[in-house]
Amino acid sequence: MKLGGFLLLLSGGGIVFAALSLLHGRAVTAFILAGLAVEMLGLVLVFRAHLPAIEDNG
Amino acid sequence: MNVEFSYALCLGFILLVPFAMAGLSLINVGLGRSRSAAHFMTASLCILSTAFLVYFAGGYRLQGEPSIVGSIEFFSKQGIAGTFFQEGSLPRELAGELLAILSVGLAALIPLGAAADRWRLRSALISAIILSGATYPLFARMTWHGRITVPQSVSFVSFLDAGGSGVINVTGGFAALCIAWLLGPRHGKYSQNGMPAAIPAHNAVFVLFGCMLAWVGWMGLNAAGAMLYTGTRPEQSVLVILNTTFSAAAAALAAAAVTRIRYRRPDASLIANGWMAGLVASSAGCATFKPVIAVLVGLIAGALVVFSVEWFELHLKVDDPCGSVSVHAVCGLWGLLAVGVFAGNGGQFMAQLVGIATLFGLIFPMTYGLNWLLNRFIPYRVSSDGEHQGLDLHELGADAYPEFVVHSDEFMQR
Repeated sequence: MKLGGFLLLLSGGGIVFAALSLLHGRAVTAFILAGLAVEMLGLVLVFRAHLPAIEDNG
Repeated sequence: MNVEFSYALCLGFILLVPFAMAGLSLINVGLGRSRSAAHFMTASLCILSTAFLVYFAGGYRLQGEPSIVGSIEFFSKQGIAGTFFQEGSLPRELAGELLAILSVGLAALIPLGAAADRWRLRSALISAIILSGATYPLFARMTWHGRITVPQSVSFVSFLDAGGSGVINVTGGFAALCIAWLLGPRHGKYSQNGMPAAIPAHNAVFVLFGCMLAWVGWMGLNAAGAMLYTGTRPEQSVLVILNTTFSAAAAALAAAAVTRIRYRRPDASLIANGWMAGLVASSAGCATFKPVIAVLVGLIAGALVVFSVEWFELHLKVDDPCGSVSVHAVCGLWGLLAVGVFAGNGGQFMAQLVGIATLFGLIFPMTYGLNWLLNRFIPYRVSSDGEHQGLDLHELGADAYPEFVVHSDEFMQR
């Protein structure tokens, strides 16, 4: 789950950069927002992946 | 105003920045345990030294600064005088390089607060190499050299971060989060059912005095950053300083009010975190905010930091003794977003979102990946005995307060 989260973070960043370099007009805005949404999903996964490990440690 | 005056003024502002480092170090020491106080300050000095030298050796090049200081020509036959004042070296570039090297030191200090009482000194220095040699210069290059832009009709809008809400604070805050995850919580922080125990700050006076020192440093940091990176005129520096001050003041009062309402009495450490959150959030837009907007940004930052500290500790189980992640990462992100929200310009808002997306999509995974890799070879966390003994005795062999017996039960065998 942790690796998946980080891959989603990287993919979201990739979508944003690709949108900026390849697209024009309103599509850029749409893809930037889509990229951010993918990043947020990745962030949630990364946070969730770190929860059980810490609970075990407690 | 002439170039010499602007240069002197900018240099004066830059020379205030070390106060921010001193303030941050004092805050971290005060919020940590007494048995790791000397280790904290030693680690702060060593981290600063490492960050300065690593940035000198390679960070400048990666950041894309003009090669005046950070170049191998420094060691050439021409000597220092021959290269330092070489033809074409503008005062602005020299001042920019000085600010850059102090900024990287400030960013490198941030993770120390989240790793209190359990981070080996050598590991802290290795982590500082990652930050000052890779993640910080990379994002600084993208931000301060205008690489993050969004097309708007016939022109481009650049990501704006005058004083380093993103470059310094979010970069350092992300490193703090990654290291807190890799280290795990302190022994005794969480019970079997996951409830956190309160481990109080050992010196609230250090913390509050550190806030005042940090304020002086942040005024210099924001004013110099605004002049160098957004082209603010010297006479506008007063506005930048006022914005910085108003934001911190509003944030401290907001934190005091929220803690008063939630916990029935104002909390000293959270008010200090609120003050710092206001300073951090003010940095990105210090040159563009109106004073009333700076107050609003500070109010939100002060309230946000209280909820964020609680959320990270209670629900996300991140043991961050000094609130570094909440103050620097969360409120730094809010500062970046606030520039877009209050710009009244859709293009600027999108540019800020792209900057934030770069931080999450590139800097955060890179910071975690590099630190994870190093942690595999050189374990970051001290041994369990060392943690019980305290880092002062365990790593330095001497206590910060040898004449006082403090919390004697903590030194008993378990």
